[in-house]
Amino acid sequence: MKSIKIKADNLNVYYGEKQALFDVSMYMEEKQVTALIGPSGCGKSTFIRCLNRMNDVIDICKVQGKIEIDGNNIYAPSMQVEQLRERVGMVFQKPNPFPKSIFENVAYGPRIHGIAENKSDLEEIVVNSLKKAALFDEVKDRLNDAGTGLSGGQQQRLCIARAISVNPDIILMDEPCSALDPIATARIEELMGELKTEYTIIIVTHSMQQAARVSSRTGFFHLGKLVEVDKTETIFSNPSDQRTQDYITGRFG
Amino acid sequence: MGFILISLIILIGIASYFLGNLRAKNLRTSNQKNLKSLSHYYGYYVALWAVVPALLILLMITSFKSLFIEQYVLSDFIALGSYTETELSLLFTQIENTALGIKLFDENTILINGAVNKLNYINKTSENLTYVTVLGLSGLLVLYSLFNINNKLNSRKIVEKFLLVLYFTCSLVAIMTTVGIIFSLLYETLRFFSQVPITDFLFGLNWSPQRVFVREAGDLDTRDLANAFGAVPLFAGTFLIALIAMCVSVPVGLLTAIYMSEYASPKVRDWAKPIIEILAGIPTVVYGFFAALTVAPLVRDIGQGAGLTVSSESALAAGFVMGIMIIPFISSLSDDVIKSVPQSLREGSYAMGATKRETIVKVLLPAALPGIVGSFLLAVSRAIGETMIVVMAAGLNAKLTANPLDAATTITTQIVVILIGDQEFDSPKTQSAFALGLTLFVVTLALNFIALQVVKKYTERYD
Repeated sequence: MKSIKIKADNLNVYYGEKQALFDVSMYMEEKQVTALIGPSGCGKSTFIRCLNRMNDVIDICKVQGKIEIDGNNIYAPSMQVEQLRERVGMVFQKPNPFPKSIFENVAYGPRIHGIAENKSDLEEIVVNSLKKAALFDEVKDRLNDAGTGLSGGQQQRLCIARAISVNPDIILMDEPCSALDPIATARIEELMGELKTEYTIIIVTHSMQQAARVSSRTGFFHLGKLVEVDKTETIFSNPSDQRTQDYITGRFG
Repeated sequence: MGFILISLIILIGIASYFLGNLRAKNLRTSNQKNLKSLSHYYGYYVALWAVVPALLILLMITSFKSLFIEQYVLSDFIALGSYTETELSLLFTQIENTALGIKLFDENTILINGAVNKLNYINKTSENLTYVTVLGLSGLLVLYSLFNINNKLNSRKIVEKFLLVLYFTCSLVAIMTTVGIIFSLLYETLRFFSQVPITDFLFGLNWSPQRVFVREAGDLDTRDLANAFGAVPLFAGTFLIALIAMCVSVPVGLLTAIYMSEYASPKVRDWAKPIIEILAGIPTVVYGFFAALTVAPLVRDIGQGAGLTVSSESALAAGFVMGIMIIPFISSLSDDVIKSVPQSLREGSYAMGATKRETIVKVLLPAALPGIVGSFLLAVSRAIGETMIVVMAAGLNAKLTANPLDAATTITTQIVVILIGDQEFDSPKTQSAFALGLTLFVVTLALNFIALQVVKKYTERYD
């Protein structure tokens, strides 16, 4: 058994009066891909946004319960949210490169956190991140061009490079392929296979095939509750809950 | 006369709408005709025929009538051949006055009395004639259009077409006004430059048009002209005051915008934004006396306390108040621009572990920069065109100075000074106002153009 990286304990999330997550408890293993599936509005994105406290940005959002990363509660008052997010990177549904050059996009995180000692250090970090994100060969001659000028799939890989530039432990991916075509999707999935040797990856996805292809464990969310979480093979071949069965066989969602 | 006639035409129009409507309905119910449009469109159709040509004819008659009447009344005098054009128009005024019972002098009594009779006669006749022509035309066209209603006529399309013409004419009004203003400015400016070389105007360092005024226009010395109309002090004053205004409004406006878009809670925003925007609605003359009565003495007192010589009217006071005035231009526009930066960019930055300040400085402001610059440029053109505050608080003294504590004057202020009171229209002093106006127009236009281009570039960015 792999060691546990993230552990959520009785997590309840409210948007104002409305409760979005009900008593979610699950763990995620280190250097593995964990997939979260479920129909729209089931709370899987809300859950993943709790892991780097992105929900803090939303005023009316209230989080109860505990999330531990390496045994430390990230909702503890002593936790610095900026440092947490340095360790927990995130890739969004829609590619969102900054309107800056490709180089500056990747250099953004290292600059903020003062990771690079000097200019050549920074260049090395940028090049390495782009290489890890399998984008370097395509953009090496135009690092000073605008990041927004790349294709959708390239933009998403740029965002992945940006996320890994600060060398996080965990990468959260919130439906990273939903805005991409099948070929770009295949590249990102391939990339995830490479990245999981170094990073713990949590991916929210609408595509059950994608979850089956990339993940080792899968959690199924429905109406704000975590219905079932287990090894991916088990979820897709022999789920224990009727709702999971119905969802993966396409009866709803 | 005009009022009664126009009312009559409108009454005919309303009546003919109902007539047309009724006739279309009758045709429809008698089942012989399958009309192409709804009945009320035929009403509009007939009403348009009743009103529009009649009004156009009335407009033509009234604009050419006076010319014709004058020719007719003065025909005896013209036949004598001994009067110049100016004298003739004076005579006509005299005849008109006599007709109204005002008697001024008794020259040419017989001829004038004859002309007065002619005038009375022609006035009466032309009035009757106008009534007959206009109303007759209207009536004839109503009949024509009523009989024109049949199954081949698509009145809906005709009404649409008429509206198209109407819209076009309306937009033409604004366009023609702009063109007209530009040409009249250009014309007077060229006349000015025929007396004062353009290089003297653009590069001369001395502005004192009053000097030209004290002498007879005939014996103006060209060197005097050259020395009186150097506009550089005005350009410098305008620039100085606009610069001071921007020094106040840019930081305050931009920081306000950042607070409003990124920090303020929706509640605070809801009441604070309208209050800030009220600043833009205060009449500039109110700012003016605020500047002249409160800020200028304050600046002077503080300056004197610090051992500086400050004139009681200073560029600093005017620029400061002007800066306050244009804050809403910057804060409001920049606020919108910053707010319109996609939320995904904010999240992207936060997800990298950036703080709010880092996100604003490194992502939001660069992304919104073109729009923010656009708001600056709009504010500058507003500052350059502002008059009242400067008139009241910065003085009228065209002195070439870079000292903000000194009195200064701007282009707009000098235009006011030049054109206040009675002026000879062809003196270079008066014409210089047009040259200044044109300069101002060109500068403001250029700024607005650049601002629009920058804003346009910005809007293309996230598409």
